[in-house]
Amino acid sequence: MLLKYFGNDKESGFVLLILAAVTLIIPLCNLIFSAGSVFYFSAYTVSLIGKYLTFALLALSLDLVWGYCGILVLGQGAFFALGGYAMGMYLMRQIGDRGVYGNPDLPDFMVFLDWKELPWYWSGFESFPFAMLMVMVVPAILAFVFGWLTFRSRVTGVYLSIISQAMTYALLLAFFRNEMGFGGNNGLTDFKDIVGFSLQSDTVRAILLMSSGLILIVAFILCRWLVKTRLGRVVTAVRDHESRVRFLGYRVEMFKLWIFVFSAILAGLAGALYVPQVGIINPSEFSPLISLEIVVWVAVGGRGTLYGAIIGAIVVNYGKTVLTGVLPEVWLFTLGAVFILVTIYMPEGLVGLWKRKIGGLNHE
Amino acid sequence: MSNTTKPLLNRYQTFNFGHTHPVIKGNVDVSHGTVLYMEDVSVSFDGFKALNNLSLYINDGELRCLIGPNGAGKTTLMDVITGKTKADSGSVYFGQTIDLQQLDEAAIAQAGICRKFQKPSVFEKLTVFENLELSLKADKGAWVTLFATLNGEQRDRIDEVLEIIGMTSLRFQLAGILSHGQKQWLEIGMLLMQDPQVMLVDEPVAGMTHQEIDRTAELLLSLQGKHSVVVVEHDMAFVRSIANKVTVLHEGSVLMEGTMDEVQNDPRVIQVYLGE
Repeated sequence: MLLKYFGNDKESGFVLLILAAVTLIIPLCNLIFSAGSVFYFSAYTVSLIGKYLTFALLALSLDLVWGYCGILVLGQGAFFALGGYAMGMYLMRQIGDRGVYGNPDLPDFMVFLDWKELPWYWSGFESFPFAMLMVMVVPAILAFVFGWLTFRSRVTGVYLSIISQAMTYALLLAFFRNEMGFGGNNGLTDFKDIVGFSLQSDTVRAILLMSSGLILIVAFILCRWLVKTRLGRVVTAVRDHESRVRFLGYRVEMFKLWIFVFSAILAGLAGALYVPQVGIINPSEFSPLISLEIVVWVAVGGRGTLYGAIIGAIVVNYGKTVLTGVLPEVWLFTLGAVFILVTIYMPEGLVGLWKRKIGGLNHE
Repeated sequence: MSNTTKPLLNRYQTFNFGHTHPVIKGNVDVSHGTVLYMEDVSVSFDGFKALNNLSLYINDGELRCLIGPNGAGKTTLMDVITGKTKADSGSVYFGQTIDLQQLDEAAIAQAGICRKFQKPSVFEKLTVFENLELSLKADKGAWVTLFATLNGEQRDRIDEVLEIIGMTSLRFQLAGILSHGQKQWLEIGMLLMQDPQVMLVDEPVAGMTHQEIDRTAELLLSLQGKHSVVVVEHDMAFVRSIANKVTVLHEGSVLMEGTMDEVQNDPRVIQVYLGE
């Protein structure tokens, strides 16, 4: 019945079903079966899959701006990292007086820097709802300001890509500084609890995986709805022929701006779900390399399809997990080679390859 | 300070206290019968004068043809009217009250001046139907567009335009697979959907067969009266078949205006086209 709802877009329905299954089965198996059973998934696996799901959400957010709006953002990692930092700040406040220095108000790194009180921008982060709001608001504000300035001056194409990369690089340098009050190059880590429950417990890990899966599913459905509205068609038209859309009377910069802001919010959510599952957030998440990697995920999966981005993120990251385990030094070369090969031989990514194969079979 | 007081001290300045042409949003004032005014418009690119003190008036509901050799400034003229290019000097008015120099492309399109490009510009990844849907005369704000659905009247209008451009059976085809002539027609259809007061049509029959050219001529003639149509075209036989008034551009200004016969027998025009 669900597949019927998706009509001729069966692939989306299929991906959605698998996501739903993963979201439900893996955490439940982890909780119900004991170690040694064939159905048991280790805590490591649960965290790993939870991490993949947040990467899939991040890739989805990039596919919306790149695949549908044609804006190749090479700084999507910045929104992910900002969401992650907002979550990290909340988790730091949860530590309370259990830090090494035992200061009930100040995180360890502030005590170490001999700060006397919490900076003003840390206030409010002891509250979970406030922190969750900031997870979305902070990336949205950055995207709004960045988009407002660039889209209005009609910066497009390669120039916009380079500026977005410069943006994330500038943030990387800023967050490296101890005076910023975000832990410098060590970032935020040593988290203990989330909403009062230990991050090390199996139940919390299972719930984090479920939340990642659930938010990914909701975001996927929302994005799919979005691209099927008239706004989605205008955005597709902007991708293919921007100036023509202006002459139809649409304010192109506003359409780009709202899509960009929405995508930044999704990336921020992905970052916020990622941090408690890996236990650390540091400035390296702002590095341009990470943002480039996101582009590779989407390209490998197949851009402009949404579900392709999800597949790409999971496949590439699975490859990364395997390869960095076996041959850590060749991973970056592999990534580069994959990107080049995909661009040349599979411009529509894995999804395109699959579709052509199906098309070929039907043809015969 | 001096810049603000200067116009006040200018003794030749007249002040329009009893504003005789109130600006009403969504309403173009054509009480003097002229829908488009261009006066002393100049545009230069790196010292090359694409338009040179050009003055042109288009009457409400008329069908005007613009001809001229390559580089005469025909496309630049359309760029200035639609806001793509800003004039260095001169004024461009839509009706009595709307100063087009103050508006951007989107605002000009919403005010009611629409354009068909020289190179057919349709959205290739969208279907014929969707191309027309996006061109529909409607609120073009982002938020409204997000929740927009077609009502019965709008569907009928799309069906009607599909009928006019002969693409009823192609409605669910992607625009990218259409032939060159069909793309031209689709873009004309997009113009019709916008229902503009002024249509600027750049080379509508390039790449069309004779039959298609005849149908295009018929269509453009049928628009007269309801819309003001400005056609730029190189095909003289086509221009002859539709024009009652022709404007000849040369080196960025108007060389002459008149009927097709007057134009073709004018020694200056012959010289411009055939050379010395």
